[in-house]
This record gives sequence, structure tokens and C-alpha cells, in this order.
Amino acid sequence: MNRPLGHAFEQRRGRLPKSNFELYSWLFMRISGVILLGLAVFHLFWMHVVVGVDAIDFELVAERWDNPLWKLYDFFLLLFALTHGINGFRYILDDYVRKPGWAVFAKSMVFLVYVAFVGIGAYIIFTFSAATLLSSP
Amino acid sequence: MFAWLLHRATGLGILLFLLLHIFDIFLLAFGPELFEELLVLYHSWWGRILTVFLLFGVLFHALNGARIIVQDFWPRLWPYQRRLIWIETAVFLPVFLWGAYIFLRPIFLE
Repeated sequence: MNRPLGHAFEQRRGRLPKSNFELYSWLFMRISGVILLGLAVFHLFWMHVVVGVDAIDFELVAERWDNPLWKLYDFFLLLFALTHGINGFRYILDDYVRKPGWAVFAKSMVFLVYVAFVGIGAYIIFTFSAATLLSSP
Repeated sequence: MFAWLLHRATGLGILLFLLLHIFDIFLLAFGPELFEELLVLYHSWWGRILTVFLLFGVLFHALNGARIIVQDFWPRLWPYQRRLIWIETAVFLPVFLWGAYIFLRPIFLE
């Protein structure tokens, strides 16, 4: 590791990293970025241009999720977009939260938000049942 | 530097929207009434204007991210950054203007 970078790590964490986590994080941002360039842009195009926002209602979602491939698409979009976004937010925290204690606290909170939102997102994609919801009072 | 700042700002904006969007989709679990009331977020005139900001953010972040990837993996292109940003803008503008037109059109048709 070059000296200025090593210095930056020591300032922030009090030690040099033992693994290549930041390298893999950098690579992940590039790979997920390319994937999202397809998934997210196509999602926007599909919902706004092909389907049209005004056609979106409960019934449309029910029809869409009748197809397991759309469920899979939405799950991958959720996973890649949120992981990419939360990891990007971690970069921003690294830039502005300099005190190690606060950084640990802030990143722990962000991680909890990440787990919670992957959780509720995956929950609704895979447990959604229009028939049950429409028949219940 | 301006591209860097805008990349960060749009990334933050998209993340905020993403959290909101995951939450509004999660509310499907409580049945159709609540969900369809919530769709005002996307169907109202102010919702449509906010969606144009989202389009701006996603499109810029996507194209600028693609430029960063290209420069990272082909460092020889580094001196041509300015030219690459011009190419990026040339792709961005027509797509954004076309999208914004599609997104906002319903406001004037109502």
C-alpha cells in the first residue's frame, strides 16, 4: 500500500487494513454499476414509457408479480441498487465523518438501514399474494 | 470537479428515493386501498416534476458512472476527460429532454 493511502487508513482506523476489502468494494461498484445501467434505466423506461405511470395500480403490480421472472428482476434491482447506493453512502461518510467513534456509529446505523430495507423489499416481492390481500377485509 | 460533485449529489438523491420507493412498495402488504392512495406520489403534478428530477439523477449518474468506468479501465483516455464529458452530455441531453417531455406531458393533457 502506498504511503499517503496507508496514512489515511491509520488516521481513520488507527491501523492498516488486513484485507483487500476496499479493492473489492471498488470493483463491486464498477460491476454493479454496469448491471444497474441496464436494470435501473430499463426499469425507468419500462414503467414510464412502455407501461405508463398512469396505468400503475394494485392490479398492475399483481399481474407483474404473477410472473416469477419479474419477481427475480425486481429482486436483483433491489439488491444491486441498494448495495451500490449504501456503499456509495459509506464513501461519503468516510469523507465527512472523521472521528473514528462517530464513523463506526454512523456506518453501523447505515448497515442496519441496509439490512432492514433489503428485508422489507425482499419480503414483499416474495410473499406478495394479490388473492389473499383482495379477499381479506 | 463539477461532475464529481454532481455524481455524489445525484447518488445521494437516488438513494433517498430508493428508500422511499422500497417503503411504498412494501406497503402493498397492507392491501390495495392504502397503496393506491399512495400512488398520488407518482400521479400528481408535483410527483411528476419530482420524477423528472429522478430521471435527471439516474441518467446523469448512469452516464457519468459509465465514463468513470471507461477511464478507470483505459487510463490512456485520462487526458481526454473533457472530451468524454462532452460525449456524455451529447448522449444525456436528448434522452433527458425526451424523457422529461414524456413524464410531464400528462400534466398539460389533464
